[in-house]
Amino acid sequence: MPLILIALLPFLGAVLPALMIRAGRTASAWSAGAVTLAALTGILAHAPAVLRGEIIFYQLDWVPILGLNANFMLDGLGLLFSLLILGIGLLIIIYARFYLDRDDPMGQFYCYLLLFQGAMLGIVLSDNILLLIVFWELTSLSSFLLIGYWKHLPEGRQGARMALTVTGMGGLALIGGMLLLGDIAGSHDLSVILQSRDVIQASPLYVPALILILIGVFTKSAQFPFHFWLPQAMAAPTPVSAYLHSATMVKAGLFLMARLWPVLSGTPEWFYIVATTGLITMLTGAIGALFKNDLKALLAYSTVSQLGLITMLLGFGTKMAAVVAVFHILNHATFKAALFLTAGIIDHEAGTRDIRRLGGLRHLMPLTFLIGTLAAFSMAGVPFLNGFLSKEMMLEEAAHTVWAGSHLFIPVLVTLGSLVSAAYSFRFIAHVFLGPRRSDYPHRPHDPGFGLWAAPALLVALVVLIGVLPALIAGPLVAITSSAVTGGDLPYFSLRIWHGVTPALGMSLIALVGGAVLLAAFVPLDRLRASLPQDTAKAIFDGLIAVAVRLARGLTAGLHNGVMSRYALAFALTVLTAAIFAWATGAAGPATRALTPVPPLPLIGWVLLVAATVTIVLTHHNRLLALILIGIAGLIVSVTFVYFSAPDLALTQATVEVVTIILLLLALNFLPRGSPREGSTARHVRDALIAIAVGAGAAALTFVVQTTDFAFDPISAYHLANSKTGGGGYNVVNVILVDFRGFDTYGEIIVLGIAALVIHALAESLLESPVGARLARRAPDKGESGDPHPLLMVVATRVIMPIALLVGVFIFLRGHNAPGGGFIAGLIVAIALLMQYMASGYDWAVSRQRFPYHGLIAIGILTATLTGVASWIAGYPFLTSSYGYFTIAPLETFELATAMGFDLGVFLCVLGAVMLALDTISRLAHRAGERPSPYAMDVDPSRPQSAQRV
Amino acid sequence: MIALAMAFATGCFAIGLLLTLWRTIVATTTADRILALDTMVINMIALLVLFGISARSTLYFEVALVIAMVGFVSTVAYARFVLRGNIIE
Repeated sequence: MPLILIALLPFLGAVLPALMIRAGRTASAWSAGAVTLAALTGILAHAPAVLRGEIIFYQLDWVPILGLNANFMLDGLGLLFSLLILGIGLLIIIYARFYLDRDDPMGQFYCYLLLFQGAMLGIVLSDNILLLIVFWELTSLSSFLLIGYWKHLPEGRQGARMALTVTGMGGLALIGGMLLLGDIAGSHDLSVILQSRDVIQASPLYVPALILILIGVFTKSAQFPFHFWLPQAMAAPTPVSAYLHSATMVKAGLFLMARLWPVLSGTPEWFYIVATTGLITMLTGAIGALFKNDLKALLAYSTVSQLGLITMLLGFGTKMAAVVAVFHILNHATFKAALFLTAGIIDHEAGTRDIRRLGGLRHLMPLTFLIGTLAAFSMAGVPFLNGFLSKEMMLEEAAHTVWAGSHLFIPVLVTLGSLVSAAYSFRFIAHVFLGPRRSDYPHRPHDPGFGLWAAPALLVALVVLIGVLPALIAGPLVAITSSAVTGGDLPYFSLRIWHGVTPALGMSLIALVGGAVLLAAFVPLDRLRASLPQDTAKAIFDGLIAVAVRLARGLTAGLHNGVMSRYALAFALTVLTAAIFAWATGAAGPATRALTPVPPLPLIGWVLLVAATVTIVLTHHNRLLALILIGIAGLIVSVTFVYFSAPDLALTQATVEVVTIILLLLALNFLPRGSPREGSTARHVRDALIAIAVGAGAAALTFVVQTTDFAFDPISAYHLANSKTGGGGYNVVNVILVDFRGFDTYGEIIVLGIAALVIHALAESLLESPVGARLARRAPDKGESGDPHPLLMVVATRVIMPIALLVGVFIFLRGHNAPGGGFIAGLIVAIALLMQYMASGYDWAVSRQRFPYHGLIAIGILTATLTGVASWIAGYPFLTSSYGYFTIAPLETFELATAMGFDLGVFLCVLGAVMLALDTISRLAHRAGERPSPYAMDVDPSRPQSAQRV
Repeated sequence: MIALAMAFATGCFAIGLLLTLWRTIVATTTADRILALDTMVINMIALLVLFGISARSTLYFEVALVIAMVGFVSTVAYARFVLRGNIIE
């Protein structure tokens, strides 16, 4: 299976559980499991080759100009993580099927889970750092959905928000770091970057790139000081915590550190930043975990601590430490996932995960006790379990690491960290399972069904197997993964239980014994801690967010206060200032074009336009009068287009004008006839002066532009020259619309369609709200006179209808070579239909409508799309048009262009959009109690007297 | 002769335009204004035809035709609005 398919499989499969939920919860879980299993099979099929040392590649150019390629790579490191992601993912899917409540939307859960799985898989399989960033951001988004899955819980929503904010900001830093890194290495492909260690470390940009990347990594992997989001994210359902916060998402940061280890590590900067951060995180996490009373919070802090441990190992920068880090990643994933699942079982069966309310569960839940104890012992580092092995090796590495000249600094603190880890691991066992049996559990605790214990049991089996037979079970995988991390040759290492009497053994013993002692002293220590200041990270974060929100609100309220005249003022003043600046500093060329003479006729048009506009300004309080005067302006604009030889624009303007007037009149029906006077006279004078200044400036600018030649040749010459040869049409305007700039038009008709649908949706929701009832009850604000559907108008529009349709068809067909086209034709046909609405009434017209207008919009866009796609099939770029000449007797030879199909799409979309919008708005005026009339005319002499309806 | 007739006709319609403008702005009733606008549209159609004749092009006749065909719809809509308030009942 090609790698791209494996990486995309979870994304493609994410719809399955959401659909299959209709067939039941089990079917939904099966479909999610099948998708995961398929991806896992794909990875396993590559596993033998990878274990032999091969690297699997898949290359696909995506946006090569940006260096963004869909290149995938599977090496040892990718294999280990893919197995963790998919293997534990499969277990989580099974577990979640039995864990989630009957009321939880399970389809959604699996859908999000698969999206997350795909994003994680993408990170570990990417061979391109830009692609990796895309998947990195997808994990942030999908984990947001998963953490906030229980939408009814405020802490769930807050935790999700916090996780998204922190990891999202980190992602931003990471993008910067990765771009710098790609810039230094000269490629965004990992396989190239990994070969450029010397260039990267010698670059002055190395430190900024390193810091930015580390911010991204530390936020994701919950390293100090960004560790606070992880405990807050524990509001997620337990399967999510087990998956995201033990095995996968928090490991993404570690993965990236391991991935870039060959090029970034080995410098003092790397050592001091990474190792120190890891050490601090390990200690703070461990101490935090010890005193948490919520089981999941304990595990969350312990995860923080263990992640710190791995980060520290990677920070050491030695190959042996990297091997140990890889081994501990594997071990931690197994025991921590098992522990989370155990915590989930306890929560599920005992009804609480508050340690203070638990205890004595060993008799009630013996199986859970066994699983939980083994996993916790592994975390503590007890021999014969896998946690012991990697911890021992870690201590060995720490024992001879020198920090700023001190030989004791790291060994002592690491031993202390291990000691506290042992203490909280023991606490998990002692305070939950041991102790006296209680009588006040919220539920009656008992061992769960197979579905819930199967997954943790399998993981614990791995914990024990690796613990007893490490070289056999984990040896090859660790070796191949480590060689991928270190970039080739490995130091000698052996995964064994007994390494002889070493300093590490002593440190291990101190940790285990000290941990037990520390737990024995837990009660006084807890009292001591309660008196100290508590964890303030969340408070600081909330404070920062509150400040940011206040600033944003203030800015928005200041700029966007709803007063139209203020926006206009700001706009006008900005333009005026910019224009004055340009006028003062720039220079306009001399007037090179002579003024054209002004014949009397255009002068009259100009007088009409100016008079109408000035009158609108003076009398705009009378809304209807303003609308009539707008009619004059529209008329003059359309004849101006004629005068300047733009018949296409004239036709469009004339038809748009009619539709606009109808639309505005429909809206005006809901408004008062006049608008009130606002503002003082002084303000009016001030605004008028500013407006006149801006208007005069714009006029002057136009005058200058019109009387000088353009600095560059306009593109129109190209259009004129290529219209016939390239687009097959003599009408350049139409060829521009459907060919030269066809993609533009394509976008525009989609926008038009969306706008009409939005109008429809808004009006529908308005009609269903209380406002709809008020609209239906409203009385006309003045008397109504005459018939609603007068005979004369019905007859006239019926006569005009076929003529208008014919004109529409004519305008459409010849559009490619003479003025016209789909847009104008759509408007003409829409007006022809609107006439029927106005004359014969809404009900009469709608009852004769065969096809919904939404459908017209959809068919229009699909037709346009198909025309574009057809050129793909023919091997040309999207929307390439071709044309030919055909003769069908007795017709003259005529031309057919593929652009006509596109134009048909434009026609249908325009028609559908105009009709849907106007139809919807006219529905708002329907009053309660109006019965649809079976007749088009109210008074019709051909009907008997009794059937007349006035 | 035709040039003279053209000039005369253009002059008449131009004056007609100015008069309808006057009536649109200064009128006692809204109906007057709507009628004035309608007349203005008709005058404009006439001018378009005359312009087409003088430019010896048929291209402009179609614009005139389309304006004639759809232009009256706005007039009807204004009238319906004045009479009934709601233009699509």
